Parts: sequence; C-alpha cells; structure tokens
Amino acid sequence: MAALTREATEALIAEVLEVYPEKARKDRAKHLMINDKTLESSKKCITSNRKSLPGVMTMRGCAYAGSKGVVWGPIKDMISISHGPIGCGQYARAGRRNYYVGTTGVDAFCEINFTSDFQEKDIVFGGDKKLAKLIDEIEMLFPLNKGISVQSECPIGLIGDDIEAVAKKAAATIGKPVVPVRCEGFRGVSQSLGHHIANDSVRDWILSNRDGQAFETTPYDVAILGDYNIGGDAWASRILLEQMGLRVVAQWSGDGTLAEMENTPKVKLNLLHCYRSMNYISRHMEEKYGIPWLEYNFFGPTKIAESLRKIASFFDDKIKEGAERVIAQHKEMMDAVIAKYRPRLEGKKVMLYVGGLRPRHVVGAYEDLGMEVVGTGYEFAHNDDYDRTIKDMGDATLIYDDVTGYEFEEFVKACKPDLIGSGIKEKYVFHKMGVPFRQLHSWDYSGPYHGVDGFAIFARDMDMTLNNPCWSKLTPPWVKNNEAALKQAA
Amino acid sequence: MANIMIRQNGAGGLVFYLPKRDLEASIESIEFDTPEKWGGELKLDNGGSYYIDPVARPARLPISVRARRLGAAED
Repeated sequence: MAALTREATEALIAEVLEVYPEKARKDRAKHLMINDKTLESSKKCITSNRKSLPGVMTMRGCAYAGSKGVVWGPIKDMISISHGPIGCGQYARAGRRNYYVGTTGVDAFCEINFTSDFQEKDIVFGGDKKLAKLIDEIEMLFPLNKGISVQSECPIGLIGDDIEAVAKKAAATIGKPVVPVRCEGFRGVSQSLGHHIANDSVRDWILSNRDGQAFETTPYDVAILGDYNIGGDAWASRILLEQMGLRVVAQWSGDGTLAEMENTPKVKLNLLHCYRSMNYISRHMEEKYGIPWLEYNFFGPTKIAESLRKIASFFDDKIKEGAERVIAQHKEMMDAVIAKYRPRLEGKKVMLYVGGLRPRHVVGAYEDLGMEVVGTGYEFAHNDDYDRTIKDMGDATLIYDDVTGYEFEEFVKACKPDLIGSGIKEKYVFHKMGVPFRQLHSWDYSGPYHGVDGFAIFARDMDMTLNNPCWSKLTPPWVKNNEAALKQAA
Repeated sequence: MANIMIRQNGAGGLVFYLPKRDLEASIESIEFDTPEKWGGELKLDNGGSYYIDPVARPARLPISVRARRLGAAED
C-alpha cells in the first residue's frame, strides 16, 4: 500500500481524535500534523513541549531521567549520586547501555547505583547530613573517582534540602568537583528540562575549571557532543573523524571523562549529534569561548558523506581531502551492505516514535535501504526540532508530538507500517499486534548504529526483525476469540 | 525582562534564542543596526517582538542581553 494522501491522513487524524472529550480533542489536535515540505517553520502546525493531558498514556520521562539518565550518567569517572528514595536510581541504572572502557567500581562507575536511599526520617529531618556522610563514604570506598554529582530526586526539592551547601563543603574537603544538580522529577513537562538543567550545571560547575591552564592544542581539535555511546555509537563516530585527520578531544558524555569535559573549551569546533540534549552547552561555548557548533548526522551512508563534508568545510584542505578519502574508502563496504539488504527491505514502511534526535536522523538511513518513513514523532521535542524534521520527512507524512498510547495504536492500524521503531513501553503492545518492532532507544540490545560500522549492523537488524518468520505465526488473543466464536456460531 | 541570546546563523541572519523557554526564532528586523547604535525593537519570524537597549554593535556574536517583551507570540 502506498503512503496515505493528505486528505486520507487528515481524515485519519479526525477519526482518531473523535473519541476524546471536546477539550482534550482540541488540545491533542494541535500536537498532530501532516508534513508539508514547503514550510519553513513548524510553529503554525504543531505544538510541542506542553504538559501531557491527564488520563492519556504518555511515554515521557522526567527531569531526573534527562539529567542523570542521559547527560550525567554516562560520564565514566564521575559518580552520580541518585539523591532520594532508592527506586529512581535503581530503575535508571545502566538501562541505556552507555558503553565505556574502564574497570567498573575502580575507575569507572556508570553501572553502579549510588543512592542515598531516603527513608521517612530523612524526609522529616532532612537528608543533608546523610548526603555529606555518603560523599565521605564514596571517597573512602572509591578513591579513584574524579568527581561527584548529586542528582536530586523529587523529595529533595519538596523538603527544601540545601544540597548546594553540602556540595560546596564536600568539594572543599575532598578537593574534587562536587556538583549539585537540581533535576527534581517534577520540574518541567518531560525529560527535556532535565537536559537543560544538566547542561546548566555542567556550565556552572565543570566547564571553566581549567580556564587559563596550558593545553597542547592542534588546529584540528573537535569535541563530540550529544553522543551517549549507546552500544558503542560514539566509538563508531569517532573512528570516522579520526580517519579524516581530526583530533577528538572530548566525548560528551558517552565514554567521556571529567578531564575531557574540562578541556572542551579549547577545541576548534563542537560537533553536535543530539541537538535536543546538548544545544544549551554548545550555545554557551559559542558565546563564551567563540567555538562554533555544527549539527551532524551519522546514520546511513548518504548522511554520513553529507556530514563529513560539512564538518570538513570548517577546516583546511588537508581535512577536506581526508573527508573525501574516508568517504571513498568506505564506499565499497557501504555499497555491499546496501546490495545485500536493500532487495529484502525495499518499499517497506516504517513508523517511528522516539526522542531526542532519532525521529529525524534515522530517516536517511532507512531511505538508503529503500524504506520509507511514513510517520514520526518525538516524546519531548521543542519547535526547533520540528523545524528540522519537516525537511527530512516526506510530504503528507504524519508527525505526532507526545503521542498517546491510544493514538499511536490507531495510527499503526491505519497506516499498516511494516516496521515500528519506538521504546520499550510500546514494544510488547505492537509485538502482540503482530507488527515487527525495533526498540530504538537503546537499539534493542544491539548497536552501534552510528557511523559506517553502525550502518552494517543497522541494516542487518532491520532485516532480521522485518523478515523474521515469526510475525505471520502470531494471532492476537482477540482475533483468536473471534475465530472461536465464529466457529461456534457456524 | 528576560535573558536572551542573539547569534548568527549560517546564512548570516540573526537568530533569537530565549533559553528559559527554549524558544528559537529568526530575527526579521532589528530597529537600529549601525556600529554605534545596535538594538532596539526586534521583530521575530514567529510574530513576537522584543526590545533590547541599544548599545554599540557587539564585536562578536553570540551575545546574551536582557530583553523586554513587547508583543507576545504565544506558541
């Protein structure tokens, strides 16, 4: 079936919204749009970054998830304390598969859950003393940590603990950065504000630590921002940059270290992969240190070539030649991957609903494989993300913001995609509906998907999922009951 | 009053950014744009307008300044 026409898509949205009460329908209608490539700004068509409606199923996270889970968590030699009750830390622990090199518990700490484990008495009498003691204990047990961040959970803000005072005092005692992060979960409407808060705390407590110190630079220094090394993504990206002659000084924050972050103000160019979660710090560095930043996309050969050339345009001819060399060097391998998988995937339709950068960035990779993305949407994007998405998506495709569980199911029933890429909360719903599904938040326990090496894995995974024989064998229970009832009636 | 950041985009146009609300919009017109006097009313492409006190044109962008909201463009 071809993609829906504009009229059909409009009718579909109207039909799906029909079940809502009037007020909810009016609100939700603003979050759904039909793409029109001629638009410059998404402003008039889609509303984003708004509080989810009570009573609908949303897939969003909280500010703590954005700060601890996304930005601070992957820094391998810092310890992120989940300050508050134990659950937040435990369920946010290592779930995102931010790979790193290091010995866990000795000089790397991403996979360990450090928490102050709040009890009733801490709520009543305050948890500052406990936090101070906790930092002392950490220092004693894990002396190779390079710094500590205190990630507040909801109760910290509610009871008004002064974690800044504790952090300052502790930092003076242990002689390492101790960063208080006010990322209580109730702040903001989604994890997006958590990214912002985390960026601001990096700016205030980390970034200027080594200003004025000597650092041996080269004219080819760059930093990778917003790559969290999920399944090794940042490594696959880094290889390409190094092959073209650049020196990668820092990785933010997948497999990154505190020292790398402190050295970032010395680079010549900031390369920004996840715009949503790290544009704040890029803007700050542009203003304070005059470092330009550039968004790039390392999903699929077309976008990789485009991005490499765009990156090279900031440097001299040596790097420009390097970029061409890297593109040529990998062309054969990329063509082989496409030749192998394209015939098996050609013409298949994909629907996406993820967060951050993926709803627009992976579109190119699917197109390289001959697949078509018929619908996409973000959990927590802002309007500037949608401005960028309009250009990447086909005309008359569906774009949905903070889609509800019900809407997503209905869209899938109507658009009948061959593959869905979304998160773990949606995964089993669609499995049971018999639709092939990839969990695109942490690459479904696979990866990397960035870069040249990643594309081969990406193509293999898509083929493995889509052409798996199991899908035709699935009958959902409600259809089964129907068949039984029909038999009985007959 | 709000803190805003003004930066230059790839095409050379000015971009308005309001960190508090993560609002990014391009600036369609700026009231004063001479080396000695730069600022005044900013008209945004989203329909909003802000006022910044005129200063000498900054040597380097981006720059963070305080701005007053004149006309809201509620999104």
